[in-house]
Amino acid sequence: MSNTAKTLAVAGAVAAALTSAVVTPAAAQSKEKCYGVSLAGQNDCAAGPGTTCAGTSTVDYQGNAWTLVDAGTCEGMELPAMADGTAREGSLEPLERDLPA
Amino acid sequence: MLDAAQTLPAAAGVGYKPQHFADILKDAGDVRWLEIHAENYMGDGGRPLAQLRHLAEEFAISVHGVGLSIGGEGALDRDHLARLKHLVGWLNPASFSEHLAWSTHDSHFYNDLLPLPYTDATLARVCDHINQVQDTIGRRMLLENPSSYLAFAESTWSEPEFLAEITRRTGCGLLLDVNNVFVSATNLDFSPQGYIDAFALDQVGEIHLGGHDEDEDDHGKPLLIDSHGAEVVDPVWALLDYTLAKSGPKPVLVEWDTDVPEWPVLAAEAARAATALERIPA
Amino acid sequence: MSVSQTDFTRAMMDANQPVPEGLLDASGGPAGRRFSVYRNNVAVSLTEAMHSAFPLIGKLLGKQNLDGLAGLYLRAHPPSSPLMMHYGAEFPEFLAGMEQLKHLGYLPDAARLDLALRRAYHAGDATPVDPAQLGALAPDALMGARLSFAPAMQVLRSPWPLFDIWRFNTEEDAPKPRHEAQDILITRPEFDPVVQHLPAGGADWIDAMNRGATLEGALSTIHAQHPDFDLSHVLALLLQGGAITHLDSKG
Repeated sequence: MSNTAKTLAVAGAVAAALTSAVVTPAAAQSKEKCYGVSLAGQNDCAAGPGTTCAGTSTVDYQGNAWTLVDAGTCEGMELPAMADGTAREGSLEPLERDLPA
Repeated sequence: MLDAAQTLPAAAGVGYKPQHFADILKDAGDVRWLEIHAENYMGDGGRPLAQLRHLAEEFAISVHGVGLSIGGEGALDRDHLARLKHLVGWLNPASFSEHLAWSTHDSHFYNDLLPLPYTDATLARVCDHINQVQDTIGRRMLLENPSSYLAFAESTWSEPEFLAEITRRTGCGLLLDVNNVFVSATNLDFSPQGYIDAFALDQVGEIHLGGHDEDEDDHGKPLLIDSHGAEVVDPVWALLDYTLAKSGPKPVLVEWDTDVPEWPVLAAEAARAATALERIPA
Repeated sequence: MSVSQTDFTRAMMDANQPVPEGLLDASGGPAGRRFSVYRNNVAVSLTEAMHSAFPLIGKLLGKQNLDGLAGLYLRAHPPSSPLMMHYGAEFPEFLAGMEQLKHLGYLPDAARLDLALRRAYHAGDATPVDPAQLGALAPDALMGARLSFAPAMQVLRSPWPLFDIWRFNTEEDAPKPRHEAQDILITRPEFDPVVQHLPAGGADWIDAMNRGATLEGALSTIHAQHPDFDLSHVLALLLQGGAITHLDSKG
């Protein structure tokens, strides 16, 4: 592609992006936009949440052993063990990015 | 320095929870001021700070720290102090308060308010830290009495005397949590009224109320836990009346941090606090 | 008998340790299970923090597994800051090191996605550029333009179908994840982070722009590896997300 053709292609891509993007102007921070519950990580000064049900029994805070039980959605996703589709053998090195994408 | 007691209204407030944002702006009921936990507003931006800016236009705000670890054996976290200075600087809240407790040790933060022995060594350290906080933020702070589940054999001060001595040495004010008094009095078997009688009420800039849970210790004795997850119980309301009769009107806050209810339930607790303030004997 | 904060924390974080002597109940006897209140508070509150911090991991593994993992994690990595909004930064690496999870190789990336969403949520506010500014540039000026991005913008590269995994766990009736590598773009148009599938080459292009390349320079950098790079698509995602905050066309 010549430089001119490349420049025109980029200009075309930008024009297409502007058309396809439903672009709203920088919105003022209206009160309505502030509604919504905050995401994660609140500090509280209460005793630990769930104290009542956890009580003072030791099982709730021992936390020195854990065994994977069948639960959660990963059961139904049927992904291979490794990112390249092979079952796991040995190390779990992340793959180079020569993957289909 | 600002006197916090003069800037928060002697009226009912609640601990602010983000899920109540719309309700509070629509109908705050008897709620005249809000308290936020400092650490939740130390991010760089986004919704938490946007909400706070809106609320601060309509309500007096009290900033309540839960992470300074004023009672910690180590030095105060300078990064955290700087964040606090920044927050107090731009928000200019009506009050700043923290706890007589520790939560950080060896650079680890344990996310709980841990107890202190009341000794001369603790006293000196806590006073140093309070001076450092007050110097950094350029205003007087309030220090809150903790909930106790156990006692230290090494303590040589009673808690009210210990707190009174801190105010004398540092010029800080006090935040009196009457639920904490009730919880500690039950757990450690002392008279809650006697505690209030010994407390430096003239230094109190704010009163807290909250709910607690009931458990028991190894001997089947009641062990109350400061969960902030339930309604304030009648004996604590009675202790509030007892306190207000002696102290006169104060800003009174209801805290509800776990199993947070719908707004009307919390607003009803605030209304009850407002009623307690109205009926203080002349 | 004095109890140092070192003694206190050691016993608090390990229930096999005895309760420190010098901690008493109301009648002067040993504190016993009263000390458990602190053990419990720390463990329960940090476990709850992990559940709210890692909702995708919570879905993938279920509550019971995340409870158990949180109990291990909070002892291996107690918070290093009083800001709970930042808790869990080491969780992806922690998951990667768990022998029992080695067959779920995508979990660390899923945890990175949870972390990135939280970073985006709390990131600094920034005003996006008016897209018309970009449209008004002459083609040559456009080629020489440099862009700055909002602090909330996050790019995640993954050898896993991370976007499909996200959809499968957050959308009703979403299809099962495909077997392909997917990068993710997070933007925050207002206050709520948006998760998008970033087409191949997008992460490299954004990287190049972030390092100060011109639009033309960034395109030539990635051309060899991604000859079919879809600039239009990536620009649209960025503009929709309000992620472009500055446009410098002075060359």
